[in-house]
Amino acid sequence: MTVLVLLDHADGQISPASRSAVTAAVQLGPVHALVAGAGPALDAAVQAAARIAGIEAVLRAEAAVHAAPLAEPLAALLASLAGEYDHLLAGATATAKNVMPRLAALLDVQPISEIVAVVDAETFVRPIYAGNALATVRSSDAKRVITVRAANFDPAADVATAAAIRDVATPDVAPLSRFVSAELSRSERPELASARVVVSGGRGMQNGENFRLLDPIADQLGAAIGASRAAVDAGYVPNDYQVGQTGKIVAPDLYVAVGISGAIQHLAGMKDSKIIVAINKDAEAPIFQVADYGLVADLFSALPELERELKTG
Amino acid sequence: MKLLVPVKRVLDYNVKPRVRADGTGVDLAGSKMSMNPFDEIAVEEAVRLRERGVATEIVVVSIGVQQCQETLRTALAMGADRAILVLTEAAPEPLAVAKLLRALVLREGPRLVVLGKQAIDDDMNATGQMLAGLLGWAQATFASRVEVAAEADGGTATVTREVDGGLETIAVALPAIVTVDLRLNEPRYASLPNIMKARKKPMETLSLGDLGVDVTPRLTTLRVSEPPVRKGGVTVGSVAELVSKLRSEARVI
Repeated sequence: MTVLVLLDHADGQISPASRSAVTAAVQLGPVHALVAGAGPALDAAVQAAARIAGIEAVLRAEAAVHAAPLAEPLAALLASLAGEYDHLLAGATATAKNVMPRLAALLDVQPISEIVAVVDAETFVRPIYAGNALATVRSSDAKRVITVRAANFDPAADVATAAAIRDVATPDVAPLSRFVSAELSRSERPELASARVVVSGGRGMQNGENFRLLDPIADQLGAAIGASRAAVDAGYVPNDYQVGQTGKIVAPDLYVAVGISGAIQHLAGMKDSKIIVAINKDAEAPIFQVADYGLVADLFSALPELERELKTG
Repeated sequence: MKLLVPVKRVLDYNVKPRVRADGTGVDLAGSKMSMNPFDEIAVEEAVRLRERGVATEIVVVSIGVQQCQETLRTALAMGADRAILVLTEAAPEPLAVAKLLRALVLREGPRLVVLGKQAIDDDMNATGQMLAGLLGWAQATFASRVEVAAEADGGTATVTREVDGGLETIAVALPAIVTVDLRLNEPRYASLPNIMKARKKPMETLSLGDLGVDVTPRLTTLRVSEPPVRKGGVTVGSVAELVSKLRSEARVI
């Protein structure tokens, strides 16, 4: 039976994590996508959704209550559409993590969070204990409400032919919450969760000022900049830089850990990277146990040297 | 107004989980157990709301085995007023936990439920949102700042949330559910006098039957396994060697 995927969007673009959810959904059946919003950005997002490979129909929900992705109206909208679908999926973005469990409660279903593999229509693999164990679970619910960990599924690409688009109505719900404001970090760099290369700094960076040493290297590699929880807790960089169990889970082609010791909770967020490089002056740091290439060196001399070496490519 | 703060007893966050060789789960025997760190932040926030005069009573609740009493005593020592233990040998799923909490909310009548955004054992990140859905209440998840303006029969919580790429502030009508993220506060350590005082605070024990909730699991765990072990690679002698290997061997730059 058909699968419904809730797509996250911003500035008319579909989020890469939502594209990964489409890839997971295709393994379960024909895919319909839901795009909810208000204003001109919604139409751009709906058009973008219609061109994603694997999506057979796009449901467009335009309503003022969806101008910001609030949990109460989004969960009510999904619940009103759920009758036709056996599976309701979303990429594990902040919006989906907020909305999907509420939806599951409305449907009297136990949600399945952050799956990393689809075994069959009712069986999924998900990490528990911060990725220190993998649980294979089978759901006996009539419908399955699922979030998908983006790092484990490639984002669905675009195709030339657009899927059909139809409008859906949002049920009337009492307005319980109201969007007030957003403070989003603006950056020219790729998004941390979907970047091909990530350069992260840890407590070894010593202060926020020194994080700028990572900028020229990230520039040359086209990388996003991340950080360990220790660096975030020390106030060197904002929390949205955080890679780890309590931050973002990343799996880039190349992950460069600079001055990061490799606490369990950090490794949980980056150990699925294809190639890991560690630069640390402590040869005993646990990060070296997972690094493909380890360099025991003082980062303050290694980083300028790395910048020069990358330039002479 | 009254606050309800659910807390979960989990494997201490400093203990590395050991997967049982037969694949049936994680071995907890003899391991140090503690309050879920996110729930500690929830208790701290509740106590601060009372210190600011917003809350008048804090009821903490835990669902699980007899030893959850220790977790509840910790919350009482931090400043909660009384505790409820819902005794069960099985570990109910978030849906069942949310239903049990709904029953307690209807019994106790709190205007705000504050809880951790997720438990660090099953990492489901669902209970708060599900409780909000079951009650038809507003929800403010992943809070990094909470301000409550209570009124006689309503009020508003203004909550700053950790979202992808930054922060978002929303205003929710009370009654509401707030789930807390790491940066909301730093939980206090219970002082010895407060630990002594906590022993005298009331603790009620209920059975699943008292709340009349069906906790039959919807998920069957077929297998729990170790994640693939990542092998360490090579140590390079210089930055030049590192860059050369990334170009010619790994081919990632």
